[in-house]
Amino acid sequence: MTRSTSLSHAGRALGRPSSSGFLQSWLPRLVLAPSVAISLFFVYGFMLWTFVLSLTNSRMLPSYDFVGFAQYGRLMANERWWVASTNLVIFGGLFVVICLVLGAFLAILLDQRIRREGALRTIYLYPMALSFIVTGVVWKWLLNPGLGLQAMVRGWGFESFTFDWLVDPDMAVYTLVIAAVWQASGFVMALFLAGLRGIDDSIIKAAQLDGGSLPRIYWRVVIPCLRPVVFSAVMILAHIAIKSFDLVVALTGGGPGYATDLPATFMYTHAFTRAQVGLGSASAMLMLGGVLAILIPYLYSELRSRKNG
Amino acid sequence: MSALEIQKVRKDFGNERVLKDVSLAIESGEFLILVGPSGCGKSTLMNAIAGLEPVTAGEIRIADRDVTWLTPAERDIAMVFQSYALYPSMTVRQNISFGLEMRKVPRAEREAAVERVADLLQITALLDRKPAQLSGGQRQRVAMGRALAREPAVYLFDEPLSNLDAKLRVDMRTEIKKLHLRLGTTIVYVTHDQIEAMTLADRIAVMRDGHILQLGTPDEVYNDPVDIFVAGFMGSPSMNFIATTLEGQAGDYRLRIVTEGEDALVLPWPASRETPALAEQVGRSVILGLRPEHFSEEDSRLSGMDEGTPLSARVSVVEPTGADILLNMPLGDAEVTARVGPKCRVAPGERLSLRVDMGRAVLFDSETQKRLA
Amino acid sequence: MDNVIRRRTLGARLARLALYAALLLAALFYLLPLAVMLITSVKPLDEISAGSLLALPQSPTLVPWAKAWGEACTGMRCEGVGGYFWNSFAIVIPAVAISTVVGALNGYALTKWRFRGSELLFGLMLFGCFIPFQVVLLPMAQTLGWLGLSSSRAGLVLVHVIFGIAFTTLFFRNFYVAVPTELVSAAKLDGAGFFRIFWRILLPVSAPIIVVSVIWQFTQIWNDFLFGVAFSAHDTQPVTVALNNLVNTSTGVREYNVDMAAAMIAALPTLVVYVLAGKYFVRGLTAGSVKG
Repeated sequence: MTRSTSLSHAGRALGRPSSSGFLQSWLPRLVLAPSVAISLFFVYGFMLWTFVLSLTNSRMLPSYDFVGFAQYGRLMANERWWVASTNLVIFGGLFVVICLVLGAFLAILLDQRIRREGALRTIYLYPMALSFIVTGVVWKWLLNPGLGLQAMVRGWGFESFTFDWLVDPDMAVYTLVIAAVWQASGFVMALFLAGLRGIDDSIIKAAQLDGGSLPRIYWRVVIPCLRPVVFSAVMILAHIAIKSFDLVVALTGGGPGYATDLPATFMYTHAFTRAQVGLGSASAMLMLGGVLAILIPYLYSELRSRKNG
Repeated sequence: MSALEIQKVRKDFGNERVLKDVSLAIESGEFLILVGPSGCGKSTLMNAIAGLEPVTAGEIRIADRDVTWLTPAERDIAMVFQSYALYPSMTVRQNISFGLEMRKVPRAEREAAVERVADLLQITALLDRKPAQLSGGQRQRVAMGRALAREPAVYLFDEPLSNLDAKLRVDMRTEIKKLHLRLGTTIVYVTHDQIEAMTLADRIAVMRDGHILQLGTPDEVYNDPVDIFVAGFMGSPSMNFIATTLEGQAGDYRLRIVTEGEDALVLPWPASRETPALAEQVGRSVILGLRPEHFSEEDSRLSGMDEGTPLSARVSVVEPTGADILLNMPLGDAEVTARVGPKCRVAPGERLSLRVDMGRAVLFDSETQKRLA
Repeated sequence: MDNVIRRRTLGARLARLALYAALLLAALFYLLPLAVMLITSVKPLDEISAGSLLALPQSPTLVPWAKAWGEACTGMRCEGVGGYFWNSFAIVIPAVAISTVVGALNGYALTKWRFRGSELLFGLMLFGCFIPFQVVLLPMAQTLGWLGLSSSRAGLVLVHVIFGIAFTTLFFRNFYVAVPTELVSAAKLDGAGFFRIFWRILLPVSAPIIVVSVIWQFTQIWNDFLFGVAFSAHDTQPVTVALNNLVNTSTGVREYNVDMAAAMIAALPTLVVYVLAGKYFVRGLTAGSVKG
């Protein structure tokens, strides 16, 4: 509040500062105030509120009978929550890794002075513009054993071809991975391509003069330069994975049974359709904890590198 | 009447004090240059005058009016920025008249003002272009035009030439000088370029660490510096500083210079330039300041410096610049630079007889770095 | 990798061929679902059960599109997704406009009128980009009830504005940081105030970031499902919710062609935006994510 202290100083010295000067110095704060208030109430206040709810035995409607951490205990004992959490680990892990590998691979291929690069890039990236609901509906159709890809390949004469993951409780979670990779890997490609284009050309030229082969130059020189891109890509993908809700709803509906539940669908189901507001709140708080566990190291390293650089 | 008066202005950023009770006054029509190394506080002082940074303490008066707590708009000043800060979405014409428009000057007057400064700065042909379509020199002119259109009490120039290439910078320097002579404007000009300071200023304020070290005419600052910092900052190549021992007594002071591998050299200090301060320094180490042009080669009878003190040194480096030749040679504990005529024929390693004009030399206290004589 | 002399060996040519083959294969993978969606949406139902997924329609028809738009059942009602399509627009347009304006003013105040603590405030607001929205769903439902906005389009607009501001502020802040502050200083000296500097100096150079912000917010809000399903009623649903209901309505024969036509309808606006302004779309994605 440098300005305000100097203004009060001015008040002592002169009686009062010029009125327009006073207004000008407070306008920026006035403009920001509503957004800050919104953020305080709707983000921080709501987080606290959800935490409070998670300590109550609320069912259909929020009640304020506090039961301590009992809802968290129930959650830990809930088999469906463990299925959802395990699914998140499987889905999230595969989704992040495959997107990274595929995205980096496509970016490197596209970086070889390709004809029609613009068109290819557009094709790779367009799924990112779609809603996860649309993605889910389309892939549900494609993966439908009776009419989709399985039927198509069988129609080509491979009668024993089987691709029925969508209805297989053990495999259904992998269909989520396929659809999510289809949607997001183009975006990772775009991130990597931007990173590759940002690398100083002279580094690559120097490596070529040193006699490295192209794959070796990429592996030893170029990819290490992309560490920050990998870092942000992991961050974003993990974030998408944890928030994934619409894709599950549209593709598998959480089924067969609850085989493809994720924490996001678990929370919604319990809070909104199964009248378990307390339990739902507890699961939401754990989701927040998961995001923070990823976010805090990321922000920490970002801030540190900003200070150093 | 002072056009601008600054009294004990202090500015703190957190715990750091970047302006330490700075005071100065500028007469109407004066061209004052604030010069100093980066971080000396000159730009902060400029921003304080402009009202872009509130000061922590002190008073700023423009045309005898206390403006310390007025907004920039209320101060009657205009500023030319290093980056020019032309509004990118407006044409040159709109850029120049924007300040007048904000002050609710009637349209006809605004147009007249634009015509006037465009004519003055020869940018009439550019009036309908956008800044992006202008060259660096043209942007510079528009930035000045924007300031001139308003006819404020004080003009502030913040390193206005530092983004131009070397040749254009010299041209614009001349042009600014002409404008100032013609219009009689009051200008405060910040630069880190001491040549700009020497060529443009009526007075120069040399700043360092939030203080004004010396405030004087270019001649005073150059030839009569208050301390080693000012002496070294002004002039290029910079002044040579040679460690010497002061001997003798009043009326007969001598400076003994010991150079490795040479006989000790004793230079008499002119009696006319003695000061009382020298008496305490006898037998102690003092620093002799000699500018490169204070040397001349022995046989240059025509240069009129044959009264100088003779001195012989082994030349280590010869750097012809075209107009003259810079010689490096060991003297005392350092290499000194001497400027000699372009005809001087000397090769590295040779000895050369020189004369040094002790009548213009200066002496500094080796501890306080302050001027002794 | 340009301007380097390479030997034109057979191996190099084969490698080049393999490169294009891999790229085309990838393109097929990304295009397949869209192609299937389009083909299926113009096939009569009997061709779907008889023929292959990729077989082109023998007698193409727009009936499934018409049905999806005006007749298909979404839960209890059978009025198609057309009304919900317009619902989405009615929610998206005000939400995008408001959040962009607020974000622009925030970004401007945060970068060009810094005061002690302004960076902290920005960090505080930025956090809103990262929270999983599940953590605000229950309190939001109750608050909307108190405000009398439950299940209303205005309520959804409010929710999208509240959680969009963090992103738009981030966009504009990062953009305005790169605009020289000296421009603002010059305008202050010229006598312009807070809003006038914004209007006359900053806004005219903000076109690229406005486009980025509008496109980002448009796709985010159009594609939203979570807030839509949680805070809307039958007549205020956005199209994503309607599409999901349509696909999951289990009365009568499954009409896959109608499902696909409805999915196309829901996807079209964002696809059009992407095709028209892909450059800005990518910029928004990377700005919204990398710099966060």
